[in-house]
Amino acid sequence: MQLIWEGLKQALALIFSGDPQIMGITLLSLQISLSGTLISLFLGVPVGVWLALYSFPGRRALVSLVNAGMGLPPVVVGLIVSIFLWRSGPFGLLHIIYTPTAMIIAQAVIASPVVAGLTIAAIQQIDPKFRLQVLGLGASSVQSMLQLLREARLPLLAAVMAGFGAVISEVGAATMVGGNILGQTRVLTTAMVLETSKGDFAAAMALGVILLILVYAVNVALTLIQQRRKPQ
Amino acid sequence: MNGAMITLENVVVVRGKKAVLTVDRLDLRKSETLAVIGPNGSGKSTLLLAMALLLHPARGTITFDGQTVPDSGAPLDLRRRVAVVFQTPLLADTTVQKNVAMGLKFRRMSRDEAVARANKWMERLGVHLLRDRQARTLSGGEAQRVSLARALAIEPDVLLLDEPLASLDAPTRAELLEDLERILRESSITAVFVTHDRNEALALGERIAVLIGGNICQIGTPDEVFNTPANEEVASFVGVETMVPGVVESQFEGLSVVRTSGVDVQVVGDYRPGDQVMVLLRPEDVVLSLREGPPPSSSMRNNLPGVITKLSTAGSQYKVVVDCGFPLVSLITKQSRLDMELAPGTPVRASFKASAAHVIRRTERPQGSGCAPPPEEQQSAAKLH
Repeated sequence: MQLIWEGLKQALALIFSGDPQIMGITLLSLQISLSGTLISLFLGVPVGVWLALYSFPGRRALVSLVNAGMGLPPVVVGLIVSIFLWRSGPFGLLHIIYTPTAMIIAQAVIASPVVAGLTIAAIQQIDPKFRLQVLGLGASSVQSMLQLLREARLPLLAAVMAGFGAVISEVGAATMVGGNILGQTRVLTTAMVLETSKGDFAAAMALGVILLILVYAVNVALTLIQQRRKPQ
Repeated sequence: MNGAMITLENVVVVRGKKAVLTVDRLDLRKSETLAVIGPNGSGKSTLLLAMALLLHPARGTITFDGQTVPDSGAPLDLRRRVAVVFQTPLLADTTVQKNVAMGLKFRRMSRDEAVARANKWMERLGVHLLRDRQARTLSGGEAQRVSLARALAIEPDVLLLDEPLASLDAPTRAELLEDLERILRESSITAVFVTHDRNEALALGERIAVLIGGNICQIGTPDEVFNTPANEEVASFVGVETMVPGVVESQFEGLSVVRTSGVDVQVVGDYRPGDQVMVLLRPEDVVLSLREGPPPSSSMRNNLPGVITKLSTAGSQYKVVVDCGFPLVSLITKQSRLDMELAPGTPVRASFKASAAHVIRRTERPQGSGCAPPPEEQQSAAKLH
């Protein structure tokens, strides 16, 4: 209990002191995770809509793959992305291993199946005739998709929250592809692991509190958008 | 006759490996209201989707206002001349006004113009006071009115209605049917109204198409379809309750005698003696009187003695089944039943005019097979655009 209490006190002190190192780590965490989530939306939403609406051979296998991907272990993603980005790997020439870009790629890979899986569920809960109705009112294919996404906006925002939650809290891939380099790729989770391994539990606890506040703040913002309308 | 707005020619729609709709030819005339009736699962909604250019047939040609719809799918400008209303209102999760303006937004109409147009149609459908309400909070009747306003706000060339009243309670249905009838009458819109309710078809349809088993069995004016059904399946669907097989015995000066189960029935028409026929009678054309008295003095050529075997309520009337050698169904008022003290076992006389009996040649077809059962198709499934 003493450690938790010390951690809380230290966290508050760190937050209010405006420690540039902590601020840098926090901002980098936010920047990497929001970028990864954003990319996962661009990848996961269209794939989810496509799998939800169109029938083709192998569709079920693909949906199962997406659903399995929702539980993709970050450390496995980290390993695969590392192999691809490693100096001798297929994308080694890009020299992005141990950079925030590599971490964003890994986080996008982790979040995309989450977003795609929840998009499939969100679109499939809409009456299948709704799309026909929208087309029957003269919508183009793109307009009909956008109308469906608008209808599914509440569960889709839940997908965004789940995707963001999955990446802001992961540590395996961030360590493997980022390398936890101070001032370059150190984020809240990797810093916590480092402080814990050094035995500085209070510092780790302080970083944990900041991480929780960050997660809460982002989710409050998304929830406010999601729950704009009062229940009738 | 007006030109055709939509023509379906040799159209076959296949689902799985089965042809679910086969139309040799169907012309939807400009400015007419065509009612499509048929039992559940007869292909009515499939026909409507094909006419809405939302479903691509495996075979055949669809022509829209003289323009042939390409196999690659209907161009957007053609689809935008049609509006569809389904049985469930399928409103978007937003306000009533935004729902009504939805089709206008798809057409990129300016905001002011769209609001004005939406307001006009909300007013005509009596939902203008609900314009700021969330659509999901509306009652069934209100929601369907909004759905109709949304389709009409587009001011389409063709309005396709897929059983829009089926999920409403009786008073709401009657009210909306009346409004719909008025709107269709006042506008020059071409409309197709799909229903399984004969009364709705009679109220709205200038022509009626009967769809059974994926085939159009008959198309004609309400009078033609209801009084001279093309076959037994149509007859059964349009409310002909008495269908008696018989053989033509003789014919003389436009009057034929048909022998049915040992009873001779006189019918109007020149049929060849020996023809195998079916005599069809609507229950409202059969008059009952007590057998004790003399036959009523009238022009009715058929006065058949019989005994009541069954008596049941049919809305505000009574349905009476009389055994005259064959079961003959009649409709009588509650007052007539009381006056004549009718009950099962009462001997009565069933009378009907020779002109009331409709005669069709008998066909050897299994029941429920439709008009011309399509063969199993080995083609790809119908594609939805």
